[in-house]
Amino acid sequence: MLEVRKAFVEQIMGLPISIHIRGQAARADATAQLVNDVFADLRKVDELFSTYRPDSQVSRINAGTLRLDDADSLVREILELAELAHRLTEGLFSVHLPADDSIRLDPSGLVKGWAAQRAFDRLEAGLAKQDICFNAGGDVVVSTSAGGPPWRIGIESPDGTGLLGVLESSDGAVATSGVRARGTHLIDPRDGSRPEFLSQVSVTGPSLIWADVLATAAFVRGPDAVSWLTAHPGYEGLVVDAAGTVTRTPGLDLLPG
Amino acid sequence: MLALTSIGAILLAVAYPTSRNQIGVVPPLPDSRPVAAAGRPGARPMTVTGDAVLTRWGTVQVQIVVQNGRITQSRGVRYPNLNLHGQALNGSAIPTLNDQTVARQSAHLDTVSGATITSEGYIGSLQSAIDSAHL
Repeated sequence: MLEVRKAFVEQIMGLPISIHIRGQAARADATAQLVNDVFADLRKVDELFSTYRPDSQVSRINAGTLRLDDADSLVREILELAELAHRLTEGLFSVHLPADDSIRLDPSGLVKGWAAQRAFDRLEAGLAKQDICFNAGGDVVVSTSAGGPPWRIGIESPDGTGLLGVLESSDGAVATSGVRARGTHLIDPRDGSRPEFLSQVSVTGPSLIWADVLATAAFVRGPDAVSWLTAHPGYEGLVVDAAGTVTRTPGLDLLPG
Repeated sequence: MLALTSIGAILLAVAYPTSRNQIGVVPPLPDSRPVAAAGRPGARPMTVTGDAVLTRWGTVQVQIVVQNGRITQSRGVRYPNLNLHGQALNGSAIPTLNDQTVARQSAHLDTVSGATITSEGYIGSLQSAIDSAHL
């Protein structure tokens, strides 16, 4: 069978955003237009939330020049989601992070997964019977409503030089948290320390938002991350500790890379 | 294993550019876009030259050969000449990186999840190779 597939790539939020569409409409003009609209949405999200842009709403909230009540409704939506994430992870995940002697608002760890899931949902609603594979800087969400084979998602090793294995998914998300290529290390929101027990956590599940939150929280959790993840129904995890030992939750089906 | 060690050396070298950054240019081969037909089973191999991309270390341009939706060959056609402690690092580094990219294609992946994926690391990444095969 002839596979019609088209990839679209843009760099937004400092991340490569790769969208692959599989199906009869993959190369249609309307599909390209919808993908363009989704990229534009993501740029708008970056303008609102970027901690690197002094004029973003998050930067202005931190500077005290924008009141929460006057912020965009999307900013308030993220803050409500953040409260839920904080509760569900028993405080392991927070967008209020200790910095020097104060607490700053940094929703970056939530915005990426949320924005990617939101963009994916818009694509899925607009593209009937197409397979979609959406990747925002290593956070992945897929569907196969065209009836194609499951998408094969490689899980990179923490240093990015090899594969830990491959996950096959027809419908769902994979998020990976760990020490970034340069700089920004994850912070334990409870005391501002830098968790060092693990080097990487990948989580699969139905929602990219929660896969991403659980991956970050499990990374902060450290030694018992696997048993902690096992307690979250519908989600599975692959954990690499600082010594390179790989463990996983019992339900994770990882294929050789 | 040798390839992986070389990659580490290249990344280390690239992380410390010197004032002697120059662009090395190999005459590009004829561009044969679009690559769509190359994804068809039994299709003839297609050669695709990517856009020249300005990175913080200089301009990088990569050419790939795609057959049956997989990258079978890849080489740098434009790359920065970096000099580190008197030791020149140039285009020979790119084929090493590419060998690894090609090797990892054997896993037949659709996408990659990882913690170290950023725009700066996109050039030469496995994800960019997968994307290139389907643009």
